[in-house]
Amino acid sequence: MREGPEEKTLLQDVPWPDEPPVMLPGETYGTVTDTIADAVLKRPIGLGWLSGFLIAGFFVMVLLVAVTYLFIRGVGIWGIEIPVAWGFAIINFVWWIGIGHAGTLISAILLLLKQTWRNSINRFAEAMTLFAVACAGMFPILHLGRPWLAYWLFPYPSSMGVWPQFRSPLVWDVFAVSTYATISAVFWYVGLVPDFATMREKAQHPITKKLYGIFAMGWRGSARHWKRYESLYLLLAGLATPLVLSVHTVVSFDFAVAIVPGWHTTIFPPYFVAGAIYSGFAMVLVLAIPIRKFYHLESLITMRHLQNSAKIMLATGLIVAYGYFFETFIGMYSGSTYERAMLQNRWFGPYAVMYWSLILCNILLPQLLWIPKLRSNTVFLFLISLDILIGMWLERFVIVITSLARDFLPSAWGHYTPTRWDWAIFLGTLGFFSACMFLFIRIMPAISIFEMRQLLPESEVKAE
Amino acid sequence: MDKESLVRIESVCPGKMELAEVREKLSRAKSGPQYWRSLEELAQSDGFFEMLHREFPRQASVWPESASRRDFLKLMSASMALAGLSACVKMPLEPIVPYVRQPNEVVLGNPLFFASAMPFGAYATPVLVESHEGRPTKIEGNPEHPAGLGGSDVFAQASILDMYDPDRSQIITYLGEMRAWSDYGVALKGALNSQNAVQGAGLRILSGPTSSPTMASLMDQVQAAFPQSKWVQWEPVNRDSVRAGSQMAFGQYVETRYNLEKADIILSLDGDFLSSGYPGFLYYARQFAARRNPDLKQKMARLYSVQSTPTNTSGKADHRLPVRASEVEQVARAIAAGLGVAGGGNAKPEHQRFVAAVVKDLQAHKGAAVVIPGDNQSPAVHALAHAMNAALGANGNTVVYTESVQVKPQDQTAALKELVGEMSAGKVDLLLIMGTNPVYDAPVDFGFADAMDKVPLRVQHGLYQDETYDHVHWHINGTHYLEQWGDTRAFDGTASIVQPLIAPLYDGKSEYEFIFALVGSSETAGYDIVRKYWQDQIKGDFDTAWRKALNDGYIADTAFPAKNISAKGGNLPATNSVGPEEMEVIFRRDPLIYDGSRANNSWLQETPKPIMNFCWDNGVLISPNQATKSGLKTGDIIEIDVNGRKVKGPIWPQPGHPDNSVTVFLGYGRTKAGRVGTDVGFSGYKLRSSDAPWYAETRITKVGEGFHFAHPQGFQYIDFSDLPRGESDSLYARHVIRKATLQDFIKNPDFAHEGVESPPPEMTLYPNYQYTELKWGMTIDMNSCVGCKTCIVACQAENNIPVVGKEQTERGRQMQWLRVDVYYEGGTENPGMYYQPVPCQQCENAPCEVVCPVGATVHSTEGLNDMVYNRCVGTRYCSNNCPYKVRRFNFLLWQDWTTPQYKMMRNPEVSVRSRGVMEKCTYCIQRIAHGRITAEKENRKLRDGEVITACQQACPAGAIVFGDLNDPNSRVSKIKAQQRNYNLLEDLNTRPRTSYMAIVQNPNPELEPPEPS
Amino acid sequence: MKQPLTPAIYGLMAEFENSTDLVKATRAAYAAGYRKMDAYSPFPIEEASEALGFHKTRVPLIVLVGGLLGGTGIYGLQYWINCISYPLNVGGRPWHSWPAFIIPTFEMTVLFGGLAGVFGMFALNGLPMPHHPVFNVDRFSAVTRDRFFLCVEAADPQFDLVRTQEFMVSLKPLSISEVPH
Repeated sequence: MREGPEEKTLLQDVPWPDEPPVMLPGETYGTVTDTIADAVLKRPIGLGWLSGFLIAGFFVMVLLVAVTYLFIRGVGIWGIEIPVAWGFAIINFVWWIGIGHAGTLISAILLLLKQTWRNSINRFAEAMTLFAVACAGMFPILHLGRPWLAYWLFPYPSSMGVWPQFRSPLVWDVFAVSTYATISAVFWYVGLVPDFATMREKAQHPITKKLYGIFAMGWRGSARHWKRYESLYLLLAGLATPLVLSVHTVVSFDFAVAIVPGWHTTIFPPYFVAGAIYSGFAMVLVLAIPIRKFYHLESLITMRHLQNSAKIMLATGLIVAYGYFFETFIGMYSGSTYERAMLQNRWFGPYAVMYWSLILCNILLPQLLWIPKLRSNTVFLFLISLDILIGMWLERFVIVITSLARDFLPSAWGHYTPTRWDWAIFLGTLGFFSACMFLFIRIMPAISIFEMRQLLPESEVKAE
Repeated sequence: MDKESLVRIESVCPGKMELAEVREKLSRAKSGPQYWRSLEELAQSDGFFEMLHREFPRQASVWPESASRRDFLKLMSASMALAGLSACVKMPLEPIVPYVRQPNEVVLGNPLFFASAMPFGAYATPVLVESHEGRPTKIEGNPEHPAGLGGSDVFAQASILDMYDPDRSQIITYLGEMRAWSDYGVALKGALNSQNAVQGAGLRILSGPTSSPTMASLMDQVQAAFPQSKWVQWEPVNRDSVRAGSQMAFGQYVETRYNLEKADIILSLDGDFLSSGYPGFLYYARQFAARRNPDLKQKMARLYSVQSTPTNTSGKADHRLPVRASEVEQVARAIAAGLGVAGGGNAKPEHQRFVAAVVKDLQAHKGAAVVIPGDNQSPAVHALAHAMNAALGANGNTVVYTESVQVKPQDQTAALKELVGEMSAGKVDLLLIMGTNPVYDAPVDFGFADAMDKVPLRVQHGLYQDETYDHVHWHINGTHYLEQWGDTRAFDGTASIVQPLIAPLYDGKSEYEFIFALVGSSETAGYDIVRKYWQDQIKGDFDTAWRKALNDGYIADTAFPAKNISAKGGNLPATNSVGPEEMEVIFRRDPLIYDGSRANNSWLQETPKPIMNFCWDNGVLISPNQATKSGLKTGDIIEIDVNGRKVKGPIWPQPGHPDNSVTVFLGYGRTKAGRVGTDVGFSGYKLRSSDAPWYAETRITKVGEGFHFAHPQGFQYIDFSDLPRGESDSLYARHVIRKATLQDFIKNPDFAHEGVESPPPEMTLYPNYQYTELKWGMTIDMNSCVGCKTCIVACQAENNIPVVGKEQTERGRQMQWLRVDVYYEGGTENPGMYYQPVPCQQCENAPCEVVCPVGATVHSTEGLNDMVYNRCVGTRYCSNNCPYKVRRFNFLLWQDWTTPQYKMMRNPEVSVRSRGVMEKCTYCIQRIAHGRITAEKENRKLRDGEVITACQQACPAGAIVFGDLNDPNSRVSKIKAQQRNYNLLEDLNTRPRTSYMAIVQNPNPELEPPEPS
Repeated sequence: MKQPLTPAIYGLMAEFENSTDLVKATRAAYAAGYRKMDAYSPFPIEEASEALGFHKTRVPLIVLVGGLLGGTGIYGLQYWINCISYPLNVGGRPWHSWPAFIIPTFEMTVLFGGLAGVFGMFALNGLPMPHHPVFNVDRFSAVTRDRFFLCVEAADPQFDLVRTQEFMVSLKPLSISEVPH
């Protein structure tokens, strides 16, 4: 592992002696380029990929059917009711948005922190972000009683002379999520342009050549271009960093701004963001571990990456745990009847099971990550990541459902039970997400090639 | 549902296809009569009812089920709407008189009002009918009527839907095939000729009870023409024991009327005078409310209730004694003994404390006390009550005896029994059934249907092709009271002319025309019959008097004068009772479906029943103790066995219900009510024999479980004693219900605000909005509210609120804008009960508005929390953020856009909401607009009381007051100024415009604290 | 004295094995007075652009301007809507509920800043440009893989086919190629 030049050493990630390197030795510009590009260009479509894609495709069909029926009949096909007027749709929305966050964190924040190890995972992490946001983006529209009027949430001059109501967190959501989606997309694309150029040159088939060529925009690696490119990349990272924090903050406002006991709390923004990154990294591992296995990228995505992700999950997980604790503390300390009732309801009420399994999945089990041996066991990491994903979904369920089911007037208390259509749409988005990922790894370089080249020792300009 | 039947129906709907379908059906069926029945069967074949009783409706998919049901109903109704119903409105031919002379202070904000009266059983409910361009759309109480005092009840409110019910019988049939009225005339002539020979010895008329003077005179004419004929009256929920009791006490049948205005102490012996359907309910509710005003201080009335099944009345009582129906008599005898009345007896030891206190209290208030027995109590109890009232010097003060309001009162059960005997013996040749459904509700031991089938010619006149229809030759489709001329008497005898608001939708015949056909021309119009009768009655200028009668809705000074009689004591025969260890089944009329005649009214079906608050079913009520003892829980199916007769029903543990007994509400389990009422619940009539009409010995055994009740109210206990929870979430801490005893209230009039955090208006970061012009507000006096639910139905009728059905209600999707919460306090044996109507609170700091992304709900300049349906995209965020959960969402398409009858029924001033839109109480903004416009036209300010919301108008107790808060002299401002006034959840600083008057009870100190149970 | 005639080519291109050589060569060329030239590499090399004397880019300025426009624009819109165009009493909140308006303002700042930056960057780089003379050199395709190129353009006043070629030889490149138009 090379030593960085002085101006970098401050934040340069110099690994501990026993830590695995970011890239295994023996790689050169050429090998790096080939390993990554050939995974797309040369490697034939395997049975594994095909069957996986077909399964994903099936669930996409499920999604289409469910959505069609939803539009025909209305949201009444779901389990929602009064008082629990929000159900799976909002739970899944928050869950997916959260997952997206890790991508931006890796590509933007770690870039600012000069954590160069992120170079090998940022590409598909960003892809994951995009697809997750796409899944999330569906729900706010689907859950409307009159989805065909969704555009009324955008500020556009209309003959009605009416505008969105800017005090509503849902309008903030529209701004935050659409901004987030756009910025993530361009950030991703900008990152891809030089690699598209590589693909353009490596591609054999004239049509693929053309297509990559179009997206490469005629990139030729000019030093002047690189300079502007780098400064923009850095600026985008600088913009994306507060953006990603703002997005889940705004999402948490959907709850925190409301007066519902269990929603109306100031702890939400920080612990929603932490939770988002928590689940996001879990998803990164769930994707990275199989990808590096099946596409033999162990030399580029090393144990180092997996362990660092594990450590981040451990850290964010503790922040989330602190959030739960403080929710409880404030609930008790505030002396508010409704808050205390809300807590008792979570602990002993009809949904107590969900609450306690959430604590198990999100707080107790992940503590195993303290053990270094387990941190370097890919199977364990994969499983714990799944566990965290489930846990974070349960967290949203507990927040949305239990608080609504029993709020201020006991006479209005209710009970929520999802219908098969709730499940159909949830599984459908999972299918959509994986289908997109499958396509992505077949069509685009799953790892940023030019940034990998920068990781090579010889990329440094030696002084005289 | 099976696609195939749906397809079949679709082919029925289009008008053209129909005849073909009829032929096709007739050919398929063995004989003609099958056809209409098979249509009915189709109506049930969609598996909807099966779905209703499915085990887990929550998990039930939302596959076609509710969709297909609704679509199916639309298709059905489209097909049912025969040529008889044209889209255009048909005005009655005769001159009817609008309600022109309106009292100065009240200008009802609606187009045209006609005063009329709804005949209900033997008594009239005075009403004003709102008519839009000739279409009656809404029933209101008649403030002018001496017996109505402006209120109305659920049945009156829902009667508008009865009239437009697409399931009504629409044609005259003979053996199921369409016939003309003239054909019937011919057939009838034939039958009557043969009767003439035998003086009508074979002619029997079986009808519901009536108080119509005209009908009485018609019956006399029939009697004159056919001296041997008999007129039998039958109603399943009859007052036989009232009559028998009065026979015991006075040797004659007299009407008992109470004057609660003068009553300091009221003792109810299972009497439910605060429930819709009780004769004089409107009147008593007002009086009771007036006497329960705590500002009367010591003059505030006190109510004791010896009760079997919990009722509105027992809920309002200061002291309740839950005993089995069969034990009420014993308690009554004990109290009688205490009052020195003959026929007294001893109380059980556990009742003695109560009895002693009551006796003492009654004696302390001689002349100002009254004992009110229940219709479903034994004659002996009634006789005792008469005697006690006499002993208490109530006669002339709190009790008034008059002649019978019902014409030709008779022992209905005995009369019906005799009729059955005659029919089986083949003595009856011609049976006319009118306004009653004996095949469904006659005592089970009579075997009415079989006996009836022996009659050679059977004619039915009625609104529905019901169970009885299957056993008659001729069916004459009747007219609804809004379609016909007639007359009737209120409980005090005040006579009213019933005037039609619209020509009969299906060319039906009124009872008058039907009966008159026996003695006169079958072509004589009801108008002439009724008018002719009154021409003979009214002296002086008839036309003026007639116009005035029609205008006022009643004929002045026709109330019956008081009779000066007194009860003779004497020992009374003990009524056969139920063994103390035996299980007892109590039969009660359903609070909303009544005796089953209202079963097809979806408004009533979906209105949560008073107190228990479940709808779309009749459960088997049982005390929670008993349930635990018998190892039963909510939703368990039990079999009730009354000497060999068995029915199955689901268990509903009802706090306050006496142990060792179960209650069954009658009126359910209809097999041929229409698409709404058929196969809903189970029929108690299958258990009910003539010798035990109100309670019987029984054995119950659990045979199943997993039945789900549709119970819109989430939680009913103030103190969550049955949950493993701390005090923190008890309602005391939430200050939802605020109450005190009279003594505490006098000591501390401000009790309602003690220990409650209520942020002052000036405590705000930014300036409050000023509402300078008008500032609407509402108060609801929980002390007056009797929990009768009339406001809910009134709101539903006024605001075009859809019905969602049981399965959707169970999923928490009921649409009624107004709900009446019922809270229990203090254990389950004998809990206090508090009614709390909750409409939209119209908060000034409305949490719902802030979170709406499209500004679909915003504040008006008058401080109303407006709902802009057209702008709503349906995020439902507003409902989540509403602490009162008063918002209602159209999760599916529930409005019926196709049925022509419903189109005519709707209020044209209220937009009809469709799928995906949020809605809620608007303070009847259409009425406000109406009032504002009128005022502007006349260039004046709105007068107080000029705008009256639907719920306020309907409330029989006058508990709801609405008005302008900027006017310091408005009633609502004055009430809000009182100390009892408080806001719901005011610690949230939502600043509701709707506020509540705290409850003040007047318990007897001697009975405080209630003995530990 | 006869002038050397300017050849009909775009320029001369030297190929290098690694970044260090490229940067050295570029510095040398700059020292030799060449200005119209460009260095091409498979990944960004700060030193290269420095060596070309290309120190400043206007991308940050564009981002700043875009961001300011977006932010002020949306805040202005919100103010106009809520206080001028269609004021409403929403839950008793004031017309000008500025804390609520901050959030869209922030989001729009980021959105417009970001987009402005991206489009600005491509515009300044003159992309998309499907074809460029340098692509006429076959070996140049390796610039997207593992080779580094320095191209001195014929448009440079110092450029002379012969002398420039000699100069390039002195840089010891892997290869030297003419870049035809």
